[in-house]
Amino acid sequence: MTEETRPGEPLSGPTPTPAAGTRLDRWLGAYAARTHGMRASEIRALFAVANRPEVVSLAGGMPYLEGLPLDVIGELAQRVVQTRGTTALQYGSGQGDEGLREQILEVMRLEGIEAHPDDVVVTTGSQQALDLVTRLFVDPGDVVVAEAPSYVGALGVFRAYEADVVHVPLDAHGIVPEALETTLADLAREGRRVKFLYTIPNFHNPAGVTLSRERRPRILEIAQRHGVLVVEDNPYGLLGFEGDPLPAMRSVDDEGVIYLGSFSKTFAPGYRVGWAVAPHAVREKLVLASESAILCPSNASQLAISGYLATCDWKGQVKAFRELYRERRDAMIGALAEHLPDATWTVPDGGFYTWVRLPDGLDAKAMLPRAVTARVAYVPGTAFYADGQGADHVRLSFCFPTPDRIREGVRRLAGVVSAESELVSLFGTGGARPGDDMQSPGPDLA
Amino acid sequence: MPHDPVSAQPRVVVLAGGLSHERDVSLRSGRRVAEALRSTGLEVTVHDVDADLVPALTEARPDLVWPLLHGASGEDGSVRDVLELLGVRALGTGPRASRVAWSKPIAKTSVTRAGIATPDFVTLPQSLFRELGASRVMDAVVARLGLPLVVKPSRGGSALGVTLVRTADELPGAMVSCFAYGDTALIERAVEGTELAISVIDLDGTPQALPAVEVVTDGPYDYDARYNPGRTEYFAPARLPDDVAARAAETAVAAHRALGLSHLSRTDLIVDADGVPWFLEVNVAPGMTETSLFPQAAEAGGHHLADLYRRLVEAGLRQG
Repeated sequence: MTEETRPGEPLSGPTPTPAAGTRLDRWLGAYAARTHGMRASEIRALFAVANRPEVVSLAGGMPYLEGLPLDVIGELAQRVVQTRGTTALQYGSGQGDEGLREQILEVMRLEGIEAHPDDVVVTTGSQQALDLVTRLFVDPGDVVVAEAPSYVGALGVFRAYEADVVHVPLDAHGIVPEALETTLADLAREGRRVKFLYTIPNFHNPAGVTLSRERRPRILEIAQRHGVLVVEDNPYGLLGFEGDPLPAMRSVDDEGVIYLGSFSKTFAPGYRVGWAVAPHAVREKLVLASESAILCPSNASQLAISGYLATCDWKGQVKAFRELYRERRDAMIGALAEHLPDATWTVPDGGFYTWVRLPDGLDAKAMLPRAVTARVAYVPGTAFYADGQGADHVRLSFCFPTPDRIREGVRRLAGVVSAESELVSLFGTGGARPGDDMQSPGPDLA
Repeated sequence: MPHDPVSAQPRVVVLAGGLSHERDVSLRSGRRVAEALRSTGLEVTVHDVDADLVPALTEARPDLVWPLLHGASGEDGSVRDVLELLGVRALGTGPRASRVAWSKPIAKTSVTRAGIATPDFVTLPQSLFRELGASRVMDAVVARLGLPLVVKPSRGGSALGVTLVRTADELPGAMVSCFAYGDTALIERAVEGTELAISVIDLDGTPQALPAVEVVTDGPYDYDARYNPGRTEYFAPARLPDDVAARAAETAVAAHRALGLSHLSRTDLIVDADGVPWFLEVNVAPGMTETSLFPQAAEAGGHHLADLYRRLVEAGLRQG
């Protein structure tokens, strides 16, 4: 750069020919090998539009926080700082606040889990627990077995640790035991090192399905026989629309299962508090790994949640959320039946999502710009696979928009599908190009 | 109230965001420019294009609006029409010329009249493929223009919906990708050569080219290559013989003039093996992000970015 010129002066500064070009990143040669695969995704850029109020976003997994008693929660937060400020604002235990860990046991008891407070490690959202578990177990090239499809944020973590994700199909009753058996046997025959099975048994993200009561012991038995750890990710378990929650897999196997829980969906993701329950030797390592990553989870968040659990009717709140989300699920399913008769979808018994198979020949990723133009957003199915499958699916979430907005969103989506179907039949092909999958979820998609 | 040059700094509103597919890029451009202008002492606010905009502008009466909107209403002149209605002075190209520049086929036709070379092309709406039969139309396109081809939406930027088609069987997929972004496609003969972006600034009615930025990628200069630092290597000034570089610069200035653009523009072109510059498209609101081409050109031209932006604002205040 040269010194500034003033208005009216000629603009031609000296322009020495550079010996080499620039890649606008002087540290390009310094990145770890795994960093070079990261991409700027035009799909993610499109979500910048999805956040505008004109757009009905059926994309994000954001809980409907207006359903919370925010005034009460505000007073609680204030009280935490006023009465326990020197603790709340100080560093804390790497394993998490002991009082909160006691309360977490009470939460997990609703799904049949009996544990000791020492078994619990509080983390910055269960996303961090997932990162820690993967860090502890996965060397580059190791296999992680996951459902097909699986949570985009988990796939991002597995990719970061250079795991090789092998998908196992699921159906309306969850992961298919026979397919798991075959997959694990094949991998063993190939001499592959399988480190764990990652599964979301309840109200699956994105598939919406739940692992049936009958299948749970079978999945555990297969995993145990193959010497494979099970990572049970359960953020939505308490958000079922019918009856009591099913017993968690961890409730019948405390040695073969690492359980991940979260307050993000049942309370508030802004506090970023989740947890892991692990066999004791694993738990010790989780604490050490967490301390090296973050020193300790936020005391302020933990104490606020602890106060909420102690003084508010949190079970009543979860029940209210269930009612709210059921109404929205019904709006979503009703609108799909009315407007998208050529698609098929799962009917979730809880949680936030339905998984929609588009009419033949459509590519959800290629269609997204058209959807954004029509002011509706979804997540293309390819985000939920490590191997490029899923182009014919979209994940629709019904957690955040009101029922009327959901109906309007599905109506818009139907117009988009219709226009795209016409286009595809006109040209006899889909329009997706490889290579621009989302590589990490971003907070909107969690 | 109009800006009082003695007592106060001009107040500038940067428009960024909007509802186009390039919202994210626009927001980043807007923040960068606002920050740079503030560092020169200007009072700058960034505003989205939303329901609050008209009342905000009516109340604030800024001395100048700098629209940094990419895509759709931001570049097609319609936001500028509204600014004119409100009597707000804006930096850059006015609504009528924006409308011409924004449509790639109309811009190409206009610059051709000024003697500028542009690759042969056709502009085809989706409805035409339906009416005439897609495969017949595609066959005719390939027969007429040959291969390789570039398929792109007739409007829009950031390479969204753009595909390089090397074989005829890649064309249908490219058409579908393109029509997801808009209902009219521009299909042009792909010119092999050096890819250049030449920014033009016009502070006093005499447009001048900044040094050409040469873009080298290991694949298409797509969204990732544009916004993920590292994928693309930039040479500024471009590695061209002086006479070729001068010809390319003249082309960008000629396009700026032919299209009646104001204050700033960026012309994308390709210089072929014979040194002929081929006009591809022009941007009236060039990107101003960390990886964008206009700021690189400005710095290669010896300009301090904030100072240059400030002088553009002053030019806008004088001429707007």
